[in-house]
Amino acid sequence: MTDLTKLTLAEARDGLRRKDFRAVELTEAHNAAVAGAKALNAYVHPTPESALAMAEAADARLSEGEAPDLCGLPIGVKDLFAVEGVPTQAASRILEGFLPPYDSTVTAKLRAAGAVFLGKLNMDEFAMGSSNETSVYGPAISPWRRKGETKPLTPGGSSGGSSAAVSADLALAALGTDTGGSIRQPAALTGIVGLKPTYGRVSRWGVVAFASSLDQAGPMTKTVRDAAIFLKAFAGFDPKDSTSAEISVPDYEAALGGSIRGKRIGIPKEYRVDGLSGEVQSLWDHGALKLREAGAELVEVSLPHTKYALAAYYIVAPAEASSNLARYDGVRYGRRAKLAQGDGIADLYEKTRAEGFGREVRRRVMIGAYALSAGFYDAYYLRAQKVRALIKRDFDEAFKQVDAILTPTTPSPAFGLGEKTNDPVAMYLEDVFTVPVNLAGLPAVSLPAGLAQQGTPLGLQLIGRPFDESGLLALAEVLERDSEFSAKPARWW
Amino acid sequence: MSVDAEDVRRAAKLARIAVKTEELEPLAAELNGILTWIEQLNEVDVEGVEPLTTPNVADARQRPDVVTDGNIQEKILMNAPETREGFFVVPKVVE
Repeated sequence: MTDLTKLTLAEARDGLRRKDFRAVELTEAHNAAVAGAKALNAYVHPTPESALAMAEAADARLSEGEAPDLCGLPIGVKDLFAVEGVPTQAASRILEGFLPPYDSTVTAKLRAAGAVFLGKLNMDEFAMGSSNETSVYGPAISPWRRKGETKPLTPGGSSGGSSAAVSADLALAALGTDTGGSIRQPAALTGIVGLKPTYGRVSRWGVVAFASSLDQAGPMTKTVRDAAIFLKAFAGFDPKDSTSAEISVPDYEAALGGSIRGKRIGIPKEYRVDGLSGEVQSLWDHGALKLREAGAELVEVSLPHTKYALAAYYIVAPAEASSNLARYDGVRYGRRAKLAQGDGIADLYEKTRAEGFGREVRRRVMIGAYALSAGFYDAYYLRAQKVRALIKRDFDEAFKQVDAILTPTTPSPAFGLGEKTNDPVAMYLEDVFTVPVNLAGLPAVSLPAGLAQQGTPLGLQLIGRPFDESGLLALAEVLERDSEFSAKPARWW
Repeated sequence: MSVDAEDVRRAAKLARIAVKTEELEPLAAELNGILTWIEQLNEVDVEGVEPLTTPNVADARQRPDVVTDGNIQEKILMNAPETREGFFVVPKVVE
């Protein structure tokens, strides 16, 4: 029999319906792959037994006929999503031992659809990082290596466990979240597809909050078609999330394969930044050319405030994080520090948070508290929000002329672990092309575009109008078809 | 604007994170590195621009003001580090 872990989500869905194999076999194959890939540190709380039970239930449901698309398909879940009865730590020490008594809306929808949860996936602590190195579990490792080297590379971050798992065939698809690029950057660095939906498209309820005006959950998959199938299963209005949009969810898969003739594609001149590698530039040019050959029209657009997006983000996101993370007080859930004789309630908070949060999280929470404090609020927070308004205005203007915008996903291919950990600003620059999209609340998809000279993947990003995920996926599929990207990492783990 | 050890002590206090005295200086240097980079926002003309707090959100919805859950004391307490007789336990707050 073929290796069931090599299938795409769509192939596995169709195979189950043809009875080529059962959900239990599909899950057993994935459980075995997960158990054999500990070196990647992608799964931090594998749940093979409950996965099998879910697969058995899915087989029963499939044999009765009509079942949702996701029924019986094994997926991985980023540690940021509450999954009932399964450790949910956001890769932080402060949530050690936390067992949610409920499911996030996203995982509840997937559970109801019959999806099989293989386990929780590694990530940067509270999704704060671009390399998965701030995780309390230690970094996830990319299945990819540079040509002729064995040095461990980052699978990207913060959804690094998700990207490592999908690219190493340890899940048919994985859930990620994206606050400044945390789905798209890891997808690009590992040669998979990652989509950040429009802000409001996917419920944030039960997803551990980082920066509430930026966070969105989305699919990380092997193909564009898989992203369409997966997103449909968990998108949609949720009364429990006050920022969730009351807009119906289209059949994303049905939108694939259409003509893109006459579509106008923007190429933003401000994305030709210093430090953009020559190979990234040439893949970008190549992608634009392919869209033109497929009938699209290329239009140069200007997003003049692009260069200020990162700086605005590094005020807005930490400010929101400092407020969101105030809930970790050592009283209601998670870890509590050992107290000395005579310690009071303030000591309980301060000691718990000092030992519960890692270095990057402490740094961001303090920056956020500082930026929001009396005397600095106007200079930092208010100014950053005004710059954010200008960044959104840039996109609004551009989308008067074009249907979508094509950019690289990252300025360079995957880097080695430890190469950027001592320079926060260098790490932040990883997200230079992805952060503006979150500030403006737009949907964007990253898809594999080719291999860099070092032998690891690079990605292209398509940015769309609010709630036009369908249009984006249709364009992405055209590029995917052309690039015929089929490279997989050679197995060393 | 330059951050000194005293500013860090203040930010740490606001954030309720214990910071040892010997960590204040190195942290000030780190935060200064980041905040100096952020100062580039001062180049932007934001005159008359309304701050954007959140994207793509229509006016906040209202929902009926009714109880939707309850009687889940056990679930609420199940993850607490210390509980007694159905309550969260904290160090003595009032003398």
